Amino acid sequence: MARMKFICDAERCIECNGCVTACKAENNVPWGVNRRRVVTLDDGVAGEKSISVACMHCSDAPCMAVCPVDCFYRTDEGVVLHDKDVCIGCGYCSYACPFGAPQFPSNGEFGLRGKMDKCTFCAGGPEANGSEAENAKYGRNRLSEGKLPACAEMCSTKALLGGDGDVVAEIFRTRVLNRGKGSEVWGWGTAYGKPTQTSAIAAPLKK
Amino acid sequence: MNRLGVVLSSAVAAALLGCGEKPQSLDGSSSRKADEQAWAVSSTAEPAFAAKGWKATGDKAAWEQQIRQRGQAQNDYAR
Repeated sequence: MARMKFICDAERCIECNGCVTACKAENNVPWGVNRRRVVTLDDGVAGEKSISVACMHCSDAPCMAVCPVDCFYRTDEGVVLHDKDVCIGCGYCSYACPFGAPQFPSNGEFGLRGKMDKCTFCAGGPEANGSEAENAKYGRNRLSEGKLPACAEMCSTKALLGGDGDVVAEIFRTRVLNRGKGSEVWGWGTAYGKPTQTSAIAAPLKK
Repeated sequence: MNRLGVVLSSAVAAALLGCGEKPQSLDGSSSRKADEQAWAVSSTAEPAFAAKGWKATGDKAAWEQQIRQRGQAQNDYAR
């Protein structure tokens, strides 16, 4: 079974915000709501890095755990979605989410908070696939059209990868190896630093 | 006197109705709607929006294959 995931390659992201625009256009996301945004670390300093962030479709999603009305669900492909007809707009999910994914449209003089809106991995919601109701509430259902999320497919540098987790992880791994990097950006080395005996460890044992 | 008693008891009964309490605990029977599978053939989907050369047939394996293939289009080392 495919498990849908995003990976953003910080070495390739050029902070063009094309993913943000593609998402907003494809899903008719209202003003004030950004399902996806580009975050830049050390902005303006040489060597700055940018990554595109949206809902990570967590395997053990904290938004789902704290929702008092149980409006979240996870599809067979691992996409975390919610039912806007059940959501009460309380905002608990936004406090629980470490990525700031849940967004709330506000309108009117008093900043009335509407129902939660977030990245759907372009998989719509609990309405009939491709229906007008689904499109109006959640946006486009590209997965059911045999496509991948608009943000990833529109990314000009292919920094943002989206799709089957195994496929995108393998694509990213290939890039890392082609850059002459190894486990310091891929495996255990991300936590413990660059290995000192890479070739000796990686070489197969000779008998 | 009898009439006053009827009126009073009716008023008390009406007031007590407001004290009723609905169960508020989640019992797993949420009113959340069930979602269609991504590979399902939907009557509401517009076929013209489907990926070029692909058509939803309700076959899960075919849909997964399509998604994997589409994912590989992001791999510039495989072009």
